[in-house]
Amino acid sequence: MTAIQKKPDNAIAHLSPADIEELGRSLDAIREQVVGSRGADDAAYIRKVIDVQRKLELTSRAVLLFSLFPPAWLAGTTGLSIAKILENMEIGHNILHGQWDWMRDPKIHSTTWEWDNATPADMWKHSHNELHHAYTNVLGKDNDLGYGIMRVDEDQRWSPFYLGQPLYNFLNACFFQYGIAAYDLEIGKYLKGRKEKVAFKGQVTKVLNKVKKHALRDYVLHPLLSGPSALTTLGANATANLVRNLWTHSIIMCGHFPEGVETFEKTSIVGETRGEWYLRQMLGAANIDGGAAMHMMSGNLSFQIEHHLFPDLPSNRYAEIAPQVQALFEKYELSYVSGSFPKQLASAWHKVFRLALPNDFLAKTAASVTDLPVRAAGKAA
Amino acid sequence: MTTAAPVLRVRDRLRDRVAQLAELVATPLVPADYVDLLDPLRNGTDLRARIVAVTAETADAATLELRPGRGWRGHVPGQYVRIGVDVDGVRLWRAYSVTSSTDTTFTITVKAIPDGVVSNHLVRRARAGSVVQLDQATGDFVLPTSRPTKALFVTAGSGITPVMGMLRSTPLDDVVLVHSAPTADDVIFATELRTWATQGRISLVEKHTDTDGMLTTDELAAVVPDLSEREAWACGPTGMLDALETWWPNDLLHTERFRPSVLVLGDGGSVTFARSGTTVDADGATPLLTAGEAAGVLMPSGCRMGICFGCVLPLREGAVRDLRTGDVTTAAVGDGVLIQTCISAAAGPCDLDV
Repeated sequence: MTAIQKKPDNAIAHLSPADIEELGRSLDAIREQVVGSRGADDAAYIRKVIDVQRKLELTSRAVLLFSLFPPAWLAGTTGLSIAKILENMEIGHNILHGQWDWMRDPKIHSTTWEWDNATPADMWKHSHNELHHAYTNVLGKDNDLGYGIMRVDEDQRWSPFYLGQPLYNFLNACFFQYGIAAYDLEIGKYLKGRKEKVAFKGQVTKVLNKVKKHALRDYVLHPLLSGPSALTTLGANATANLVRNLWTHSIIMCGHFPEGVETFEKTSIVGETRGEWYLRQMLGAANIDGGAAMHMMSGNLSFQIEHHLFPDLPSNRYAEIAPQVQALFEKYELSYVSGSFPKQLASAWHKVFRLALPNDFLAKTAASVTDLPVRAAGKAA
Repeated sequence: MTTAAPVLRVRDRLRDRVAQLAELVATPLVPADYVDLLDPLRNGTDLRARIVAVTAETADAATLELRPGRGWRGHVPGQYVRIGVDVDGVRLWRAYSVTSSTDTTFTITVKAIPDGVVSNHLVRRARAGSVVQLDQATGDFVLPTSRPTKALFVTAGSGITPVMGMLRSTPLDDVVLVHSAPTADDVIFATELRTWATQGRISLVEKHTDTDGMLTTDELAAVVPDLSEREAWACGPTGMLDALETWWPNDLLHTERFRPSVLVLGDGGSVTFARSGTTVDADGATPLLTAGEAAGVLMPSGCRMGICFGCVLPLREGAVRDLRTGDVTTAAVGDGVLIQTCISAAAGPCDLDV
């Protein structure tokens, strides 16, 4: 896509400033309604998820002590993969967003939580919460647009480096947790001399220490504890990490890269009002259709739009407000981008391939873009 | 000398090694995070207690029997504990006097106060089986090691609770208890107290304020003629305690407050919670603790009335006003003055290290 402001058919041109502020007030009301009704059921929900995740992880690791037996390997690896995904998505990501800070439980709080991910929680909170969520899809501001290694928008300048981006993306998917850590270190910024050396080195040390500890756990200690099953447990842990990496990478690609998601020019956010910020979040994210399992395993990022509007509301409440949010899209004639997981993933990958080439190649692939996973609410009806 | 020492040392070292290994295996969590799922009351973990029973005392008061975790160090009668309860999903801490003499399980007695979020929850909604967070018993409202030959207790409402802890555990020869409650039915522990009175174990003076009016110092002097010979303990509303402290003829009076006294107000200011990167505007009447909690900052807290020091934080810079006295405390950069956030309000911009 192209920054929304440059498009001939600007999807927000029909909205007056008054409309946008009215929209903002409606979204504030939805937010208030959830904040006002947070309670014991929500607290019980997150505690239950944490309880289940920990027991699943313990059991899976216990089963893997006997991973020499193929059924044990399979069961343990499946369980550990699911446990790691839950830990990163529904638990870690959301706690680090401060979604559960209101409980005032020091054990489930954004300032005390640490997760099973190479990037230390505080570094991730900075690059994700403070930068990505504030500057969502603003070209030149939101580094999540291609993570600095890919070109995911026509308005990002092409260079031959991007010819390799399908490969970079695949590798990033396989080693996603390290990719995120490298990203959070802002290596590019450091190399350009825009990041202080001492601070950078300190962060590198922190990341390496964490990586070492986690590698020691998954690739040395648990295998050793498995005795004769050492090698198969090593393989199981590596597999679980790979599965978790591929899955989280895929979910995150579906959040912002599918066709139909809008990007914004850097200057367009100067003096942005609350209503305009909301509008940008509405258009800058895409949802994944699915059932309870999909929502749970994606950490409710299947409600990426609702998450971007209200990043600090408890994730278990996104499903409940999604219809209200969708109704606002219809009322204001905006398109609510949503589709099945395979469809959204294919769309995002298609973009990665398409934009590996310069923009002129767009026309040639345009035919395949007609199959967009876009549900244009309101307008289409 | 003996062989026991090296064996012990080897065992200790082995235990340390196992603990280290467990930590490495559990990273990024700690082993306790897993073990707590199975046994939240075990030794060595954060102190918690399980509610064993809830018994109604009056229409708006109940006694909770708690089984503390194995880290519980016991209490001295008259002391209070801080309890962390999840009310509507939110962890709230309050202080309550221990009312039992026992420690294997112990009791607290809670009176539901109007708009009291925690007290109403505990009295009306708490159920046996649930787990609450707990802190070790503390407080110096206790009997001295040398028992007073003549004792006087002046209490009102739930002010009876610490005194009940003392009376239940310590036999005293000569006790007068002057207790105020709105009506006869509102007297917490009424049956037990009246039985003691009948048995002659205590002299009980009940004052039912709805019909008899508030206790005055003159009345007190009239019903306890030998008041000045008695070592005295008083617990109740601030007004009563202030009046007693002003009037008391000697220095034998000990008091325990449940609420901060006198609110002295001034202008507020913007409050920055440095480590969490949050800034809010707080008025001059709102304790910094409340302002922080409302903004989602993980504030340490305790009695919320300025006595337990569980809420103390360094003030990196700025000015705060003590809501009880109106005293202003200021801090320049680098001072890190420790302030009690529960009774301090902003008196200008301030920056807290939390």
